[in-house]
Amino acid sequence: MAETTHIEEIKPPVTDVGVIGWLRQHLFNGLFNSIATILILGFLVKVMPQFIQWALIDSVWFTSGQACHQAEGACWSVITQNIRFTVFGYFPYEHQWRPLVAMIILVGMLVYSREWSRWNKRLGYAWIFSLFVMGLLMKGGLFGLVPVESTKWSGLPLTLLLSFFGILASYPLGVVLALGRQSQMPIIKALCVVYIEMIRGVPLITMLFMSSVMFPLFLPEGVTIDKVLRAQAAIILFTAAYIAEVVRGGLQAMDRGQYEAAESLGLNYFQMMRMIILPQALKIVIPPTVGILISAFKDTSLVVIIALYDILNTTKSILSEPEWTGFSTEAYMFIAMIYYICCFSMSQYSRRIEKQLEYKHTPNQEEKPS
Amino acid sequence: MSTEQNSSQSQSAEDKPIIEIIGMHKWFDDFHVLKDINLEVRPQEKIVVCGPSGSGKSTVIRCINRLEEHQRGQIIVNGTELTRDLKNIERVRTEVGMVFQHFNLFPHLTILDNLTVGPIWVRKMPKKEAEELAMHYLEIVKIPEQAQKYPGQVSGGQQQRVAIARSLCMKPKIMLFDEPTSALDPEMIKEVLDVMVDLANQGMTMIVVTHEMGFAKEVADRVIFMDFGEIVEENEPFQFFDNPQHERTKLFLSQIL
Repeated sequence: MAETTHIEEIKPPVTDVGVIGWLRQHLFNGLFNSIATILILGFLVKVMPQFIQWALIDSVWFTSGQACHQAEGACWSVITQNIRFTVFGYFPYEHQWRPLVAMIILVGMLVYSREWSRWNKRLGYAWIFSLFVMGLLMKGGLFGLVPVESTKWSGLPLTLLLSFFGILASYPLGVVLALGRQSQMPIIKALCVVYIEMIRGVPLITMLFMSSVMFPLFLPEGVTIDKVLRAQAAIILFTAAYIAEVVRGGLQAMDRGQYEAAESLGLNYFQMMRMIILPQALKIVIPPTVGILISAFKDTSLVVIIALYDILNTTKSILSEPEWTGFSTEAYMFIAMIYYICCFSMSQYSRRIEKQLEYKHTPNQEEKPS
Repeated sequence: MSTEQNSSQSQSAEDKPIIEIIGMHKWFDDFHVLKDINLEVRPQEKIVVCGPSGSGKSTVIRCINRLEEHQRGQIIVNGTELTRDLKNIERVRTEVGMVFQHFNLFPHLTILDNLTVGPIWVRKMPKKEAEELAMHYLEIVKIPEQAQKYPGQVSGGQQQRVAIARSLCMKPKIMLFDEPTSALDPEMIKEVLDVMVDLANQGMTMIVVTHEMGFAKEVADRVIFMDFGEIVEENEPFQFFDNPQHERTKLFLSQIL
């Protein structure tokens, strides 16, 4: 039974809610914030019209390079006219639908897999199957698909390939290294420490050089390992060392009592880690972990150095053509946008995971766990 | 050390001790924390250990399920001697339940999952059966309605009762309590002690480190007083409280009662 209360419901004052309230709270709350707001507004007023004039009003979109040189504004033609080379690079022109389909499958699977409630055996098989299909599309050689050398893989598919497998493999490897570094067994511990410290003491570029120049020297004659694979391995090994240190931080933040409670239930080491310790420790370190994964994604552009043509490098080679020189601003803005979309999606997704994993606490009961 | 004085339990069918500690010593680095500890616990016995802080009382019970290692002497739990070579310490731990001062519930799991994780993974019990078992013990500790909540959502007293139920789900032969009420607000101590008294009345073998002297008088078969890493005095509760033998015991009792 709902009973009407006798106390009149009073709305908060208009100045505290709605647009005015929002403005006061967020933009003009205090002297310093008001000054900052005005300065930023002033800056935008000065800069934005010019930018819009350049990027939209005076710009040309679908012209040749010559016409671009005549134009006042931005030359977006550098992107539109070269989009296929930018995105697919040296992949044979008439087969470029293959990497396109592969990328669509990858993005589709990633988007579908974002909900954990959908993770089950079927999805696992779907992943295995789609990885196989993607590999087939890229490499060819079966079902009448023309074989394409991995040296021809370039552009966005290469960037996505290196980052996807880089992230996928380095995370578990990093967790294992972190656990190894905490191990009671001195040899395992020493190996992990040496590995982590060595990798962290060397820039990624060096690792890539080593993988492409030095490593083949040690191989017996006639044996070659795919260049893309070597770069991939370097990225994985490099990222894993950083993940390991972040995860170690999470493990150290764990209360000793959690280990003791798990041990006293009779859980063995692997059960304890899997069920009790890692779920909590990995959750604590989601923000720095995602930071590392995002920078790993961006660092794939360093494969430029070993003459792999990722999307940054294909763009550069377009800009080196006489017809398109001088339009690097526009081209790089486009590349920046692609990187931004990927990185922003990752950070948004990580924040969602964090929210999902938040512990439920009632605010009024403050139990000190330790 | 004085000989065993557990006449009250002599009617127990099995008179073989379930825990035997013989001449046990322990050091933290150079610090000699436990000195020549001897203790026998028979099935269904209830033992209360008390003493000033730093006296080593928690360390003794932590040695019994090997959360701490001892360096000299023997500890035999349920027929298995605890040694460094022991491959299957998990097996011993499943027989020994432990309740901690700070509960140590798993904050990322619901209360129900806190209770079932042991039975499912250690006892290899089917999930449904484990959940029924968990609900059974949640009823025993009188909070079945909280099963789907997370530990952070219930009060301290309820958390400690969940922790007791979590240990009971492993159907242990022995329960160790390490100052189970010390971290609780006063009004919550009783609800936890009530559960422990019920458990004692049902014949559980218990070693309880506590300063709750009322509890000691009510359920203990023996009270052990420790100071500076030694067992100073060991007696039946009446004798212990009414007629303490040692100066240190008298001093301690005068301070806490």
